[in-house]
Amino acid sequence: MTSDLIRDLFARSLDNMYLRQMADATVLPSQIDAYRLAMSTDSFVVQPLFFPGGNVGSLAVHGTVNDVAMSGAKPLWLTAAFILEEGLKMDTLQRVVDSMASAARQANVWIVAGDTKVVEHGHGDGMYINTTGIGIIPQHITIAPDRGTPGDVVLVSGTLGDHGIAVLSKREGLTFETDILSDSAALNGMVAKLLEAVPNVHCLRDATRGGLAAALNELATSSGVGIEINENAIPIRKSVAAACEMMGFDPLSVANEGKLITFVPAEDADEALRVLQDHPLGRDATQIGTLTAEHPGLVLARTSIGGRRVIDLPLGELLPRIC
Amino acid sequence: MELGQLVQRFRDPDTAMALASAIHARSSRPARLMEFCGGHTHAILRFGIPDLLPETIELHSGPGCPVCVTSAADIDYAIELARIPHVILTTFGDMIRVPGSRMTLAKVKAEGADIRVVYSPLDALDIARQAPDRPVIFLGIGFETTTPPVTASVLAAETQDLTNFFVFGVHKLTPPATRAILSEDGVTLDGIIGPGHVSTITGSDAWQFLPEDYGIPCAITGFEPTDILRAIHSLVEMIEEERPAVINNYARSVLPQGNLAAQEAVDRVFEVADARWRGLGSVPQSGLIFRAAYSRFDATANFQVELPATREPPGCRCGDVLRGIIRPPKCKLFGKTCTPQNPIGPCMVSAEGACAAYYRYTVHDV
Repeated sequence: MTSDLIRDLFARSLDNMYLRQMADATVLPSQIDAYRLAMSTDSFVVQPLFFPGGNVGSLAVHGTVNDVAMSGAKPLWLTAAFILEEGLKMDTLQRVVDSMASAARQANVWIVAGDTKVVEHGHGDGMYINTTGIGIIPQHITIAPDRGTPGDVVLVSGTLGDHGIAVLSKREGLTFETDILSDSAALNGMVAKLLEAVPNVHCLRDATRGGLAAALNELATSSGVGIEINENAIPIRKSVAAACEMMGFDPLSVANEGKLITFVPAEDADEALRVLQDHPLGRDATQIGTLTAEHPGLVLARTSIGGRRVIDLPLGELLPRIC
Repeated sequence: MELGQLVQRFRDPDTAMALASAIHARSSRPARLMEFCGGHTHAILRFGIPDLLPETIELHSGPGCPVCVTSAADIDYAIELARIPHVILTTFGDMIRVPGSRMTLAKVKAEGADIRVVYSPLDALDIARQAPDRPVIFLGIGFETTTPPVTASVLAAETQDLTNFFVFGVHKLTPPATRAILSEDGVTLDGIIGPGHVSTITGSDAWQFLPEDYGIPCAITGFEPTDILRAIHSLVEMIEEERPAVINNYARSVLPQGNLAAQEAVDRVFEVADARWRGLGSVPQSGLIFRAAYSRFDATANFQVELPATREPPGCRCGDVLRGIIRPPKCKLFGKTCTPQNPIGPCMVSAEGACAAYYRYTVHDV
């Protein structure tokens, strides 16, 4: 399992106090008193390369910009490294790179360094991209996975499951008709507005692989708090819900690429919601739950019919129902 | 009407509350109910239905998980088939992680066997067409719901004159398995929540043997929370009034006679035989084998394998879970050595397995 590999191999061999933060971006000291640095890296191996609402390139920019932004940082610079399969069409590469340029411009970040390697035909799945990003955090902002506090309110910035379903709908063998688009987007603009209005945000996480379920479980564990969620409050597009129903997927475990989850002190909840909803990427922002001192590390939900279920850490690949 | 709206009607909280109240009001005597189908177990826990029921009602999950009931010997067989040079073994995703006597298909794949996950047997047919020089074997698990698509792929292979498409068929039949459970010592059941998709194929009439031979009521139902609550309410009424019958609460999908076209097609290609089930052992007349006329598609007739001795994993109580004798948390391995990341038995592997459902949706000591 990836998390075991990270814990038992990478983290053990590479162990240092910065790596131990285990957040979306690592916060680093800087020589300049006014701010700390946040740095993050991610590799993008999505199949297919082009999906409704985006492609591996725009995703590579959004993904790393968002990880850096989740530490409360203003993302500044990205690197982009490409591993290309021999025989990849030039036109494909051009479209991807143009997408990245456009995404970077819209997000107000610069791609300042890069690398390209070509591997044999049969390797590389067309194209893999790695992006590394760096940003600056003002000293008065302290967002960290362990800052969740009982009484905090859980907000999501919009509808869940869009990206994962959009990608799955195009994956070979699973094609089904849908008009769902990936929500892939750079969240740094919205985060900046949020922090301006509510500097005391405790936690931020983008709900990528593993969806809401993974993000909530990770934060619950890091902060040592329990989380209570109202399932009826979770915003999910009807088309996404329908696709999940048909395939037997849990929308709470499906990936997003343009949504964030935040824990804010109760007294700041209204203002935080107002700011998010004011932003084009946060129109459907809403409160979905609260943090509690009960059952630390456990995420419990009140189901749509008033029962109780655990929202567990999702494992591995989503597989469709058999019968 | 959009699919979303259709589904929402069956998840209406007010209806659910009303049904729960009605169940509370009506239920006075203990009622042990079994939901045969793994999909029902999953839905029951996913929506938190046990929280809404009175203490008189006990829900027990049954053997309705096609992955879970595939015996270790059959997994071993599939592993040996996958190891034959040039063979492409195609399978539903969950099967890859089910432990056989010694290993999983995933391990064999990692060692270099060509094992591919498909979402439907028709995908396996596509692979066979695209690789005419390689034998493509589909691991055919499942109950009455999955057999028709497998049959369709065999019939398509016949029409297309494919000579490299085979099925390793370990399909199972639910009514005989239900009889086997009811005939066992140690299991008393007062009612059965009948499988919705299986019944779509078999018809609700296929369950008449429950009231007639065993005096037990059966309520066939769908997978939405109000479907399940309505079925429980019907069962409670029939138990309180001592008038067992079969009630079809899934009329939007299930007819009394079922899907005749599917039944006829399956009967053309397959015939009934005894079958081995994980947990239940050998159950008479509970499985399907290829008819002689279609033996050229039968993997067991076309490939020779040597099977090592079968072994069930020590300590695994999957068999008892499948028979409704214990609930998953009562197994000593549950949540400790046996977890979804590291499953010892198949009930923890499959998304429809009872152990996996309990692990995922309920609070348990870790």
